[in-house]
Amino acid sequence: MSLSIEQATRTIALVGNPNTGKSTLFNALCGVRQRVGNYPGVTVEKKVGHVRGKHRTLELIDLPGTYSLAPHSPDEMVTVDVLLGRRTDAASPDAVLAIVDAANLERNLYLVSQLLELDKPVVVALNMMDVAREREVEVDVSRLADQLGVPVIPLEAHRKVGLAELRAVLDDIESLPSRTASSPFPALFQETVAELNVALSANGEADAKIGRELPRFLVERLLLDTGGYLEGHLLADADPQHRASLVAARDTLANAGMPVPGIEAVSRYRWAGEVTRDAVRQPRARAATLTDRIDQVLTHWVAGTLIFVLLMLVVFTSIFTFAPVPMGWIESLFELAGDFVSARLADGALKSLLVDGVLAGLGGVVVFLPQILVLFFFIALLEDCGYMARAAYLMDKLMSRVGLSGKSFIPLLSSFACAVPGIMAARVIENPRDRMVTILVAPLMSCSARLPVYIILVSAFIPATTYLGGLLSLQVLVFFAMYLLGIVVAAAVAWLLKKTLFRGETPPFVMELPSYKWPSPGTVVFRMLDRGWAFLRRAGTIIFAVAIVVWALLYFPRNEAEVKAEAARQLADPAVAALLADVPEEERLENLEKSLHQRQSLLGRAGQAIEPVVRPLGWDWRIGSAAIASFPAREVVMGVLGVIYRLGEDIDVGEEEDQTRLGAQLKAATWDGTARPVYNVPVALSLMVFFALCAQCAATLAVLKRETNSWRWPIFAFVYMTALAYVGALITYQVGMLFVA
Amino acid sequence: MSRLVSRLAEVAIGSRGRVVEVDGGDAIGIRLLEMGLTPGVELSVLGTAPLGDPMEIEVRGYRLSLRKSEAARISVEVLPGA
Repeated sequence: MSLSIEQATRTIALVGNPNTGKSTLFNALCGVRQRVGNYPGVTVEKKVGHVRGKHRTLELIDLPGTYSLAPHSPDEMVTVDVLLGRRTDAASPDAVLAIVDAANLERNLYLVSQLLELDKPVVVALNMMDVAREREVEVDVSRLADQLGVPVIPLEAHRKVGLAELRAVLDDIESLPSRTASSPFPALFQETVAELNVALSANGEADAKIGRELPRFLVERLLLDTGGYLEGHLLADADPQHRASLVAARDTLANAGMPVPGIEAVSRYRWAGEVTRDAVRQPRARAATLTDRIDQVLTHWVAGTLIFVLLMLVVFTSIFTFAPVPMGWIESLFELAGDFVSARLADGALKSLLVDGVLAGLGGVVVFLPQILVLFFFIALLEDCGYMARAAYLMDKLMSRVGLSGKSFIPLLSSFACAVPGIMAARVIENPRDRMVTILVAPLMSCSARLPVYIILVSAFIPATTYLGGLLSLQVLVFFAMYLLGIVVAAAVAWLLKKTLFRGETPPFVMELPSYKWPSPGTVVFRMLDRGWAFLRRAGTIIFAVAIVVWALLYFPRNEAEVKAEAARQLADPAVAALLADVPEEERLENLEKSLHQRQSLLGRAGQAIEPVVRPLGWDWRIGSAAIASFPAREVVMGVLGVIYRLGEDIDVGEEEDQTRLGAQLKAATWDGTARPVYNVPVALSLMVFFALCAQCAATLAVLKRETNSWRWPIFAFVYMTALAYVGALITYQVGMLFVA
Repeated sequence: MSRLVSRLAEVAIGSRGRVVEVDGGDAIGIRLLEMGLTPGVELSVLGTAPLGDPMEIEVRGYRLSLRKSEAARISVEVLPGA
């Protein structure tokens, strides 16, 4: 049986400027029939959806929003290569769907003019017709279609107006003329491109990457790309003669008064101006729009700053106050499931695997969802209404001090709640180097998982001294110092990374400030769920796997008989019994056994083995083991210490009683075989500094892997943060001891 | 008739101007051109962020923010106030 033409899949590439409603249109066309992945080697998200048509299902490739097809980086090259059918991992598009903003047609036509030169059928989706009407911008759709020589479909994507017409055109894709655009460039430029094309394909030289001649569009891009990215990319191993031809072609144009790259913008905007002069009627006097009035307040020096601070407080406290409620439910649910399984299985490896491995691991993944959903609800809301760009505008000066841009602010702020959604939020940063630096320093922000560590240690070891008549307490100051430490170190690391590994030209901060609009609930909810799902599917698997591995390291080897005998012996020891005075009698034996099992597990032994390494930090092997065992998540450290000090693992630092109990055990702990206490103020501080700076969080590392599409960066982050944490803790302890002595 | 040409970064808030030239064939220069800041186009300076940088302009019917270091590459002819 052979497939007829009608049944064969057709592929359409969706392209458009940012802020044109591109993702709204993509979601409206594809619904849930979409897949998200990554193009190998770059950080571009590969999004493919399916549109059910009358004759067949169409494949729709969503390309990143862009103002131009001029590639300056591997990430931008992906868009160009997909459009030209030069990638093996994406179908060559049969047509291009260009989405444009009807209210802002002139600038949007710049990209359209490049798309028209790809020698592929183009359909223009003229979105935001409602906004254009509001601004009294009249677009003559049929005249525009005549001018462009392609179908133009007026749309209001967020209200699903015009979708049926668009689907009908896409359905009939065969009947679209394959348009060979009349170039907007002057004749001499076109001739130069043609000559250069001939020169480059002379002596059989072909595009090694696909084994054929360069498409004319790429030759044109090569000529225009004075930044040098394409030259390096396409002509790296080519005949030096080719570079000479390129230089000669640029000289010819410069001498004729059409210097590259300026000639491109001049020619394309001249063309866009001609098209809009005929097809668009602007209002005679531009009335002050709603956006003007809103911006008078929102970017005002005083009011704008105040509103920004308030908004960020709302976002931040929401993650801190709303998310813990469902997080509590999730924890209880997994506890219930654990109890259910516990009650039905005999003690042993299987039960422990299911309860402490599988269920705890699943719980450890799902528990992040509330924070991710809350943060992305706000991000989607702020993005959709147009405020996100203003936030970046307001914060740019501050962030540029460490070499980043205003776009890094919200990802870093969110990381104070949790680095996982923070790192995911860094997708808004287009520049790959800025995005990478932001992602790499985000885990240094003191997240909520560090709180339990700070709370226990501060309340147990920092004296409750107050200054200025009770206004300032030493405990609060230490708390504050830990947060400040994260910020200062992050700033220094970001600055350093931008000077070394991620050195390069400062990326442009030339950014559109889109018009304000009411956010569409559908888009906001979709985006929020999309992020949550992406996390579960793509990072969840790694987090779960780590949880199982750590469980095994804590469980094996298992010497039940030996441990039971030792626990019974210790229970009879009056010195141990004294330490267990506030533990209910029936729990004492069990807690002792747990503690002993942990001590002789692989992880416990590793902790003992590394004691010489952690000694200079003032730590004994117990703290060392706890630090290692907290690799899945920092907050685990208190539970591990709870087990080590025979309190069982259900230490709840939110409860004052548990805080005091664990605190008391820490105070009473002594170096093995001596009466010298392990903990004093320098040790407590060194432990806090370590946890402020270390990368003990499997979820963060898993998300880092997913977002950077490589294992290199999570490993880098883990190594540099652990090194910083160690050195920080070392300095803290050693300097601290000078004061104690 | 004398034309007053100055750098966009130094143009007073509330003024209008016409682009004379954009410097640089690097990523920033190209981006400025792509966003529509081509010679001859008119723009108005709307304001700056609270910390004094970046600045906000209107060009080709939309709003654009750019850093002063970027705006310094654009020379504009300041147009008489409306």
